[in-house]
Amino acid sequence: MRVPVSWLLEHVDVSDLDEEITAEQLADAFVRIGLEVEEVQPLGDITGPLVVGRVAEIEELTGFKKPIRYCQVETGDEVRGIVCGATNFVEGDLVPVALPGAVLPGGFAISARKTYGRVSEGMICSARELGLGEDHSGILVLESGVADPGDDAREFLGLDDTVIELAPTADRGYCFSVRGLARELACALEVPYGDPAVLDVPAAEGDAWPLTIEDPEGCRRFVFRRVTGVDPTAPTPWFIRRRLMLAGIRSISLAVDVTNYVMLEMGQPLHAFDAEKLTGDLTVRRAKAGEKLTTLDDVQRELDPDDIVICDETGPISLAGVMGGATTEIGEKTTDVLLEAANWHPPSIARMVRRHKLPSEASRRFERGVDPALPPAALERAARLLRQYGEGSIHPGRTDVGVPELPEPVTMPIDLPDRVAGVRYQRGVTARRLGQIGCRVEVGTTDDGTTIVTVVPPTWRSDLHQPADLVEEVLRLEGYDTIPSELPPAPPGRGLTEVQRRRRTVSRALAEAGYVEVLPFPFVSPATWDAFGLDGEDVRRDTVGLLNPLDAERDRLTTTLLPGLLDALARNVSRGQRDLALYHIGQVVLPRSEQVPVPELGVSRRPSDAEVATLLAALPQQPLHVAVVLAGHRERPGWWGPGREANWADAVQAARLAADAYGVELNVVTGDLPPWHPGRCAELRVGDWPVGHAGELHPKVVEALGLPKRTCAMELDLDALPLRERRPAPAISPYPPVLLDVALVVDREVPAAEVAAALRAGAGDLLEDVQLFDVYTGEQIGEGKRSLAYSLRMRAPDRTLTVAEATAARDAAVAAATERCGATLRG
Amino acid sequence: MSAANDEYDPKEVAALAPETLQNAVGEARKAFAAAADLDALVAAKPAHLGERSPLLTARREIGALPPAARSEAGKRVNEARAEIQTAFDERRAELQAERDTRVLRDEAVDVSLPWDRVPRGARHPITALSERVADVFVGMGYEVAEGPEVETEWFNFDALNFGKDHPARTMQDSFYVAPENSGLVLRTHTSPVQIRALLERELPVYVVCPGRTFRTDELDATHTPVFHQVEGLAVDRGITMAHLKGTLDLFARAMFGERTRTRLRPSFFPFTEPSAEVDVWFENRKGGAGWVEWGGCGMVNPNVLRACGVDPEVYSGFAFGMGLERTLQFRSGLADMRDMVEGDVRFTLPFGTEA
Repeated sequence: MRVPVSWLLEHVDVSDLDEEITAEQLADAFVRIGLEVEEVQPLGDITGPLVVGRVAEIEELTGFKKPIRYCQVETGDEVRGIVCGATNFVEGDLVPVALPGAVLPGGFAISARKTYGRVSEGMICSARELGLGEDHSGILVLESGVADPGDDAREFLGLDDTVIELAPTADRGYCFSVRGLARELACALEVPYGDPAVLDVPAAEGDAWPLTIEDPEGCRRFVFRRVTGVDPTAPTPWFIRRRLMLAGIRSISLAVDVTNYVMLEMGQPLHAFDAEKLTGDLTVRRAKAGEKLTTLDDVQRELDPDDIVICDETGPISLAGVMGGATTEIGEKTTDVLLEAANWHPPSIARMVRRHKLPSEASRRFERGVDPALPPAALERAARLLRQYGEGSIHPGRTDVGVPELPEPVTMPIDLPDRVAGVRYQRGVTARRLGQIGCRVEVGTTDDGTTIVTVVPPTWRSDLHQPADLVEEVLRLEGYDTIPSELPPAPPGRGLTEVQRRRRTVSRALAEAGYVEVLPFPFVSPATWDAFGLDGEDVRRDTVGLLNPLDAERDRLTTTLLPGLLDALARNVSRGQRDLALYHIGQVVLPRSEQVPVPELGVSRRPSDAEVATLLAALPQQPLHVAVVLAGHRERPGWWGPGREANWADAVQAARLAADAYGVELNVVTGDLPPWHPGRCAELRVGDWPVGHAGELHPKVVEALGLPKRTCAMELDLDALPLRERRPAPAISPYPPVLLDVALVVDREVPAAEVAAALRAGAGDLLEDVQLFDVYTGEQIGEGKRSLAYSLRMRAPDRTLTVAEATAARDAAVAAATERCGATLRG
Repeated sequence: MSAANDEYDPKEVAALAPETLQNAVGEARKAFAAAADLDALVAAKPAHLGERSPLLTARREIGALPPAARSEAGKRVNEARAEIQTAFDERRAELQAERDTRVLRDEAVDVSLPWDRVPRGARHPITALSERVADVFVGMGYEVAEGPEVETEWFNFDALNFGKDHPARTMQDSFYVAPENSGLVLRTHTSPVQIRALLERELPVYVVCPGRTFRTDELDATHTPVFHQVEGLAVDRGITMAHLKGTLDLFARAMFGERTRTRLRPSFFPFTEPSAEVDVWFENRKGGAGWVEWGGCGMVNPNVLRACGVDPEVYSGFAFGMGLERTLQFRSGLADMRDMVEGDVRFTLPFGTEA
């Protein structure tokens, strides 16, 4: 809402303030009470001579690409020749003229200069050139008889003014008007206020036009007033044109301009019908399927049964509260004007705006709520303006149907604002502030002696329903800056949960091990699963979809973190990075096998535990996963020598590291799951429970996704890692160890992890550690075999171990390996 | 060396004469000093301290002296020998020190050589910031609460006092889960976690809720459809707006420095009443010093408390919420929102592994 300060000050009396108030101070006052100020724009940054001129003679110059006029313009004591490219004026018109020496907004200096073969001694200005708005369709033509040639145009045009642009919040519909904004300002400055809607509305004689409301939910009130005999050629007076211009509204005709002017002034959108184009009685109802309406913007619209329409006997003629229809539009010959002021159901209007993508000045106000008491006053004001400037006569009738919804009284303890703010306000503040915004306030006492206020909000404040709403009014007008800054007495907390610690531990461990965290989007395309080589039955294809994805391709929520990570990997590669190790910790979305419908729950009370449980059961499972991808070097080449390419083992190690950092040991067994390489895929387990996979990606997947060769990946269900609330302290033996090596020959298929496990089991408690230090295959060992060399560290907790004891333990370890894995001691 | 051919005088053996001894000491010093390294020194040692060195030879001739002169001559020889030994030890220490210095010098390396064979990784600045915020509030006694990203409309809207026709509920603003009327959305804010906290926890409740949130904005330099928020909620007896202000002041100082100033500006949200925007004063804001909007806050709307089974006559609460991207923007001068989501390692690496 753009409003000039001069208009506001017509309704706010600042004459008693000690100092003259600036526009900036007014803007600050608005901000302080909760009206966002988008811009403070001083007008008329103009210096030098700007006068009113009368066009005495127009000479059309020919031979140019566009029409050019050479005008003789009376500017007081002399007549000047001025070249002009606009054509929207005739001889005798009054126009603003910038004379040589003037500087217009934007530093545009005017001088006498030769152009189009003539000397132009100044410029005839458009509204935009004067900083009065965006209109540059022609020059600004002033109505005749209001000024004389040579008068200072600056004063006449009202250029000594400032426009403040405000963005009221959705709950404050009344602030989309000078009436509402001026009231806010008066409250903020604590100065007298004059309500433009307070005017004598005479008693009516009969209806202005017959109307029936068939949809009382959609239409709360509908009022008509009629003005006949309007001169269709009457110009809109300058003060209305100026204010519309500054608000960013185009001037169209007197009748239309008047409706817009009153809307800006009071906040009540009006509509003007050409009464001669109406056929029979009018009805307000919801549209019927298949009905169509051509709106003022000449677009034919298919109506929805949820649309509210005004109909005459021919059918819909207006889209209620949003836009009028073309067939009953005010035209160049309209003399009989039927003025409508109605009160519509805000959510219905909001839905219509969205449905037809048709936001308008009117709908903007109706969506937020308009004062239901306003229509008679607003119509009276409009009718009088039409009578005054259009020479019309006000028809004695008034149609007024419907039952407006009026605010209910609210009762609260008088000190509630103090208790909510944590401030002890001065006595009487609550009643005074609520009175200031237009409430009727009664102070009383309850049986137990509590002082209460009973407050009837004004008709324009449909946002005030409950004590908290009234509290906000008191607090904001007193100023949030008067509320002190204190800390609440929070109870001692217990710190992070174990689940949160687990996540942090894993995240840090990976970052410190060289992985860079990325946060990709969770949106995935089903085509990804084909690239991953997932078969039709793969559970990961079972995804939750979105109704309105940003990218129609990626309309599903991912069940694995790998697609997003691989995207990020590819993007980095395309930007010239080679050696990459990325990780992501995030929720994945796994649909439940049976979709439970979401129950409809109210909000007037706490839902029962059973209801909460059904609500939760309707949600998909969303476990937290951790995943990594690697490509290029894991160890860089450098002056120290060659590097080492990342391989399957790095991916497995990332899993072991992440789990181990949190104190969980993973069992790694052979896996086979796309998108991994069937021979280089590890299944990760906690005990026997599978929790993830790691390894090198399948070459086909790498090719399909355009990834670097031998890209590796790991993904782990982080929620499946058992919580380690307390880790037991180990007993550390101070006695010396005995180190023994064994080399075992096993079949190639036997996993090294199993051999190590067998050694551990066989050696018993004396074994402190097993390290695999060599893997060998070759002729000496035999076809299909390999040799695994382990270093065993034996130690006793309470004594120095003898070699004999250590050897016995080693022999037992080897025996176990032989029994479980078919290992033979290498000779 | 015995001076066998010298004139024999039992009272004055030439080899034992003080001058001779002094001479031997002088010779030894000279020889040791001339030794350039430890090996040369060791080689020079027998000639001056060995069995056949002048001093030891001289000592063997003490017997030839009259008994009265023997003790004095013996003393003289011993003193000379001690002198030579000291000279030797000193020279050896000197040469050892020289050698040690040389060896260490020869072993010197170029310590400026790089050694980033496995460079460190990095945590995303949003993750690190989210933890930093959580830690600030944990320090005040809050607990960290979390929730799912796919959420029911009841948690995301209804319980938060959003009317059925609120514009935030449209598909222009929020992502809806298929099929039509599933009742599920991608949470548009972390506020549903507040509802969960109020339903699950015993009062009083002091929680901070960081998390990922979703709105249907196209990705560009200033918008991202997937972003992060942190919200705080305190519900207790006697919670006031002054408490909200104090908490936000502390939070702002923890984020932007001890001298940070904040301002509350009346605003409107369905879930709070009174509501406010919280602004932070920035000296070096683009376009001049001024207030910049940081987040929203207010006193929990009694309707929200009622929907969670909390009696608004007994309990009151405050809530606030900020965008983490925006907070990071203020802290780190982030230029383009896309850098947050594209995962370019060059963007993330400078943030390190910050805890």
